[in-house]
Amino acid sequence: MYTVPKPSAASGSRLNSETGPAISEPGESKELNIVPKSRLRTKESLFADVAFRSLVSLCAVALVGTVGLILFGLISQSHLSLSKFGFSFLIKTIWDPVEENFGALPFIYGTLVSSLVALIIAVPLSLGTALFLTEICPRRLRAVLSLLVELLAAIPSVIYGLWGIFVLAPFLRVYVEPFLAKTLGWTGLFTGPKYGFGMLAAGVILAIMILPIISSITREVIRAVPRQQREAALALGATRWEMLRMSVLRNARSGILGAVILGLGRAFGETMAVTMVIGNRPEIAKSLFAPGYTLASVIANEFTEAVGDTHLSALTEAALVLFAITLVVNALAGLLVWSITRGAPSRTLA
Amino acid sequence: MPNLPSRNIHWRRRLSNGLALGAFTLAALIVTVPLFLILATVVYRGLPALTWSFFTQIPKPMGEIGGGMANAIVGSMMLLAVASGIGIPLGIGTGVFLAEYGRNKWGNIVRFTADVLNGVPSIVIGMTAWALVVVTQRHFSLLAGSVALGIMMIPIISRTTEEVLLMVPQPIREAAWGLGIPHWRTTLSVVIPTASSGIVTSIMLAFARIAGETAPLMFTAFGNAFWNMKLNEPTAALPLQIYRYAIMPYEQAHQQAWTAALVLITIIMLTVIVFRWVAGRGMIKGAV
Repeated sequence: MYTVPKPSAASGSRLNSETGPAISEPGESKELNIVPKSRLRTKESLFADVAFRSLVSLCAVALVGTVGLILFGLISQSHLSLSKFGFSFLIKTIWDPVEENFGALPFIYGTLVSSLVALIIAVPLSLGTALFLTEICPRRLRAVLSLLVELLAAIPSVIYGLWGIFVLAPFLRVYVEPFLAKTLGWTGLFTGPKYGFGMLAAGVILAIMILPIISSITREVIRAVPRQQREAALALGATRWEMLRMSVLRNARSGILGAVILGLGRAFGETMAVTMVIGNRPEIAKSLFAPGYTLASVIANEFTEAVGDTHLSALTEAALVLFAITLVVNALAGLLVWSITRGAPSRTLA
Repeated sequence: MPNLPSRNIHWRRRLSNGLALGAFTLAALIVTVPLFLILATVVYRGLPALTWSFFTQIPKPMGEIGGGMANAIVGSMMLLAVASGIGIPLGIGTGVFLAEYGRNKWGNIVRFTADVLNGVPSIVIGMTAWALVVVTQRHFSLLAGSVALGIMMIPIISRTTEEVLLMVPQPIREAAWGLGIPHWRTTLSVVIPTASSGIVTSIMLAFARIAGETAPLMFTAFGNAFWNMKLNEPTAALPLQIYRYAIMPYEQAHQQAWTAALVLITIIMLTVIVFRWVAGRGMIKGAV
């Protein structure tokens, strides 16, 4: 990740920008490999060097091993369900612990739709926030505002859920859902009984939760756009918005897409808050007012109470599906962000 | 960014510029609203029951007045302590590996894996800890919960440690080598102490992340209505208790849940603000 960056305009601007002392100064990473080859080296010090290196390598191996263990555990535990239901697990809508017949489609649907609702709300807001913070905001206000956004990321999921149950869901039921039903009811997305709890509530909660991560990574990406690009646009007489559109957003678009996908990955795996507000009913309904269920919530709700081996196995397979989806999504996003900033994803609080 | 100098800009361009910049400002304002709403609600509903007994007593059965969450607070602390015992050494070790020996293919593999682990949903990590510890022990335990939380700490600490170690100026290392100090000794006595404030903040960052985690504890630590000080017994934890109480149909339970939320959020916010404050002036300025 910190391989020698090409001496391009991008790395030059990162040195100037406020990211502070750039970690990847050209050439630095190569020098790190120079271990002094002292001729006077005693046997003990050679041994100590090798021992130290082995020790820290062992830690790294443990990390890789943990991920391997997660994967192995999921596959071996879900073996029963994998062999019994095969591919049909992904497309069946039945979830019946009594008859031991399991299909995960309602959960996959719930996971995708609630996260999609979250993205629709969160993406414009977090892009706007990122642009405001990097391009418009006065320096003093910037520190405060970015701290506030970070604090939003620090609120535990279960507290979002608590707030969702007692504040957000009643608010949606009394004010938002009747309004949506009246104005947008014709689309079919906002019809049916108004519980407050349901896909819409889950989407709104998730949106609040993924706002910080999308906006902070977008900020990193926007900052990585070379200053010369902006200056060129301004010099040609562009207004500030035209400059942002033509040089900043255009250059940063794949990184911004990466930030959005990373937020999506976070939304897929979110458990507590969603479980507390989504209504937990394994159904596929067109209306966003209707209760739903996600992969993570079904695991949270049923895992300790699973009775038969097949039930347990099916829940583990649900976890495997979730793991696979988040893995693909995160890898894709990491690649996109990395292509712009060379290593930014790890630099965010969220 | 300089403001527009020229006056003869077409009104349409001027309008779209104003609209766009206004929209961004509005977005930033809207984003801060939920934070204040949530904080205000937690304080408003949690404060009334924030009494001394909340910190000293264990939960009473529903219907009885009083009771506190002393066991959950202590349980959370013990979970964090044991999790740190797992996560901090492995995280720092991996970070050192990445910074000092990881400029190659293996380093990239480890880096990628750390990012993967960081993205694994916490409930899936909980399941792994369940399969590893609970299944072999045959009962829920504090240890199992700590393993889950410890695993979550590793990628956070290792990636931040790597970054702060890489920020230690190269000449410092070279000076040590020039004195004939072997590489391991340079790392331990020169590089790590130089970066120590950054490493400490990375640990606090990891704390803030896992202190509020509920999902990985549901089928590992499980929760407990009484005191538990043993490693291999189920234990109460603050976030778990909030969840259990929030979904109970009793007003009194909800009250306790809000108070617990207030305590938890205060601890976490303080950690994050201190983290920011230290990060703003220490080694890892720019890393956050």
